[in-house]
Amino acid sequence: MMPDLGKYAVEVLSAYAVSLLLLAVLVLWTLRRGRTARATLDAAEKEAGRHG
Amino acid sequence: MSIWSYANPVKFLTLSARVQPVLWVLSMACVATGLIWGFFGTPQDYRQGATVKIIYLHVPAALMAINAWFMMLVASLIWLIRRHHVSALAAKAAAPVGVVMTVIALLTGAIWGQPMWGTWWAWDPRLTSFLILFLFYLGYIALWEAIEDPDTAADLTSVLCLVGSVFAVLSRYAVQFWNQGLHQGTSVPVATGGRSVDDVFFYPLVICMIGFGLLFVALVFYRTGTEIRLRRAAALRARAGRAA
Repeated sequence: MMPDLGKYAVEVLSAYAVSLLLLAVLVLWTLRRGRTARATLDAAEKEAGRHG
Repeated sequence: MSIWSYANPVKFLTLSARVQPVLWVLSMACVATGLIWGFFGTPQDYRQGATVKIIYLHVPAALMAINAWFMMLVASLIWLIRRHHVSALAAKAAAPVGVVMTVIALLTGAIWGQPMWGTWWAWDPRLTSFLILFLFYLGYIALWEAIEDPDTAADLTSVLCLVGSVFAVLSRYAVQFWNQGLHQGTSVPVATGGRSVDDVFFYPLVICMIGFGLLFVALVFYRTGTEIRLRRAAALRARAGRAA
């Protein structure tokens, strides 16, 4: 149940919304970049293997 | 086993793979518990009303923004002194995390400050040094991206990190140094043990601080692994290019 935030509801909710959004973007971007790096390394290792 | 053995990228990745699941679970559990407890389970402050609930985001984010820079400082010093590539890459990996923590601290501070101080921003010593720290973070990331040779980039960013540490220290101690401005002193002084926060706000705050700290460590472990893989891929491509 939503707590009573009184006259500061907009401030409190916007602070939580912007912070959680930024944290979510950071985590998702980090995971996505990690997956891309793994794929890049796999491709580079295969390429290096072909060249002996 | 010496701690320096983890300067070996393979050993670092092995350790990282082992500790990361625990770090992610613990950090998410602490952040979720602290924020839910703080938001739903704590009363309004007698003076600040419901805006006191912003403390569960603002304080942990500000704490990690400053500590992230100190972690980068230690990693940079290790690079400069012992030339361990993993430490330089760990510093690089931590910077974007530090930027996000700094932005959260600045934004939540402005949102909190407007109703309490009557202004979104003031050129207060602590706020100003924090803003300069944010600019140092941006400069640090830009320098890494601007220099092609990774060792030169690591050297120059390490020096920049040393210089920026002045503002990381100022961000933390500006209130004590100048004893003026709008921003209050620290609510939870670890060194002295005294605190100005009631228990009802303190416990969820500590859980949030632990959660943000663990989240930072989890992110830096993961991102350092990413940087190691990208560096290895670039080295393999360069070697293949020379061979062709």
